[in-house]
Amino acid sequence: MSAKLSDLKNGNCATVTSIEDSSIRLKLMEMGLMPGREITVLFRAPLGDPIAIDVDGYILSLRLDEASMIQVEEHSFAFA
Amino acid sequence: MKIALLGNPNTGKSSVFNLVTGLRQQVGNFPGVTVEKKTGTLQIEGNTYTLIDFPGTYSLYPRSKDEQVVYSVLSDNEAEDYPDLVIVVVDQSNLERNLFLFSQIYDLGLPTLMVLNMTDLAMRNGIAVDVDQLNTFFPSAQIVSTNARVGMGKERLMMAIADMANATLEKRNPIPLCPVDDVSCQEQEAEARYTFIKQIITASLSKVEKEKKASVSKLDRLFVHPVLGYIIFAAILFIVFQFIFAFAAVPMDFIDSGFAEFGNWLSDSLPTGVFSDLICQGIIPGIGGVLVFVPQIALLFFFISILEETGYLSRVVFIMDRLMRPLGLNGKSVVPLMSSVACAIPGVMATRTIADWKERMITILVAPLMSCSARIPVYTLLIALVIPKTTILGIFNVQGLVLFGLYSLGLVSALLVAALIKLIIKSRDKGFLMLELPSFKSPRWGNIGITVWEKVKVFILDAGKVILAISILLWALATYGPSESMRNNIAKAKNESKELNLTKEETNQRIASAKMESSYIGHLGHFIEPVIRPLGYDWKIGISLITSFAAREVFVGSLSTIYAVNETDDVNKRLIDKMRAERRADGTKVYTLAAGASLMVFYVFAMQCMATLAIVKRETNSWKWPLIQIGFMGALAYFGAMITFYTLS
Repeated sequence: MSAKLSDLKNGNCATVTSIEDSSIRLKLMEMGLMPGREITVLFRAPLGDPIAIDVDGYILSLRLDEASMIQVEEHSFAFA
Repeated sequence: MKIALLGNPNTGKSSVFNLVTGLRQQVGNFPGVTVEKKTGTLQIEGNTYTLIDFPGTYSLYPRSKDEQVVYSVLSDNEAEDYPDLVIVVVDQSNLERNLFLFSQIYDLGLPTLMVLNMTDLAMRNGIAVDVDQLNTFFPSAQIVSTNARVGMGKERLMMAIADMANATLEKRNPIPLCPVDDVSCQEQEAEARYTFIKQIITASLSKVEKEKKASVSKLDRLFVHPVLGYIIFAAILFIVFQFIFAFAAVPMDFIDSGFAEFGNWLSDSLPTGVFSDLICQGIIPGIGGVLVFVPQIALLFFFISILEETGYLSRVVFIMDRLMRPLGLNGKSVVPLMSSVACAIPGVMATRTIADWKERMITILVAPLMSCSARIPVYTLLIALVIPKTTILGIFNVQGLVLFGLYSLGLVSALLVAALIKLIIKSRDKGFLMLELPSFKSPRWGNIGITVWEKVKVFILDAGKVILAISILLWALATYGPSESMRNNIAKAKNESKELNLTKEETNQRIASAKMESSYIGHLGHFIEPVIRPLGYDWKIGISLITSFAAREVFVGSLSTIYAVNETDDVNKRLIDKMRAERRADGTKVYTLAAGASLMVFYVFAMQCMATLAIVKRETNSWKWPLIQIGFMGALAYFGAMITFYTLS
């Protein structure tokens, strides 16, 4: 199921499919977040923003409007 | 020989730096820019090497002010800090992302040493790296494994450095970098790199797959909890400031009285004259005025670096970001604002981690509104002077409440002004966060000690220069004046003292007071009196406002001189007695509640710190921002004080 990263719930796993062309795309790639990468949403800040995701073993936090530029393919399974 | 130390943030780069250089470190700036440069020396078999610590980055292409220096130094072999050898610290538990920067640096063609760090964490995560395999992809590089936090691998690392240094350092042909502003070139490069890195990972990394790929640690559940998260942060702040104010008071008093005693002793032992006055009244109090803040600054950075080392601080950024954003600030603004409660100078310097230009500027602009420790002596004196020592509702001490109110006023105005500036400053870029939340670790006391020592050193050298220069200038302005009025006033003071049969000491104090009145600064005080009269101040307060530009706490010292109070006595008590007795020409009291409160409000807002202005100029590279700061803070102070005065009188 295709979705924006910002719409995923805590615990959801997904694969990044594309990143909107913007000033942050390169920076995300340099931090290891690029199409093909599997990510998991771990937790979010008290007001729901920013969110923290697992990127290949480390935790990256993104503001919701940054996360909304990332298209993902959601996996059907999730960890508890 | 110069060795550059590079790596991603949170890879233990500073642990590696401390491991091989120990305390042989120096802090300076990279030439031409204001990015902090740590250099250290290490000696191996009689040879001395210089190690330069670069800011942690994910890529050679910069995204913040700090990171620019990495690109500019490494892309220019004429640069002063261009290295002969590069050490790249690589976090084994996160090899793929770390190899991105490493491969960029390797392609520069410089002799490259990879330090595979955090072996323990990788092992815990079930990750094993085949070092020989890894090396086949970077044949000219040397690879060393360490666990720098616990001091493991020091000998191996030193030997590898010596090995590489002794070998003929041959430069390979570099693969050219993209231009710093060509993003599409950089994106293509990034894609190509990751394709290459995928091959490396497949060949050299074995990972024991666990059932759960990722999980949220118990500590994170606690620290980012919607309610508990904020309660924990508030509690930590409370404890930190309790400790700072309780523990710093003793050494501060000691430094303060020590310098006063030393000045007096010296002025008694030196032959009288201009030279002795310059030393005892200009230079020594100037140095004392800098050193007196060292205990608070050291303690503050002690706590901040514990919070940072453990990984907690990034969680604070995480939970505060959404709250700070409507104000034009960033989650990362929390630390600069916290630091500014001790002193705005380290606060302004701490904004360098904020990558977004607009958010950084706003943080710098409002940081001096946080009540710094130099305001405490002023608040203490004024509160004791005009606020009654009573309690309301039986438990709340009114004097304490007023002090709390002054701190709150500073904080609230900082936040409101930030929100206002957000509407004014235009910015092309949208702010971004993109912050790594490192795993929790126990603090390494050695690293913390070194950090505290460096912050204190930077404060003493940077702020010290300015404060000392201003103290000397103000001393000169307070000592010299139009000679005729000076002579007349001194003669008058001498005659009066004789008539009143004063002791020698009292006579000297009277003369000092008369000298100040007829000095250039005294004239300045008279000159600005019409401007400050609507705030309830007279020319004597005017003098103290001017001298406060060296540092706010000079206010107390200036009033002591004007009111001819001996410095070594219980200054505050005697000064307060004299100030209470002070009358205007029409017989009304000068220091009424209204005037006192107006002064307090003035000190909450006014930008009376040359050292901070100098740092802001340095950090923003122009006089525009410090001038804006003087302007808006001055306006706030003037009108805030005026409103207070008229409301209360």
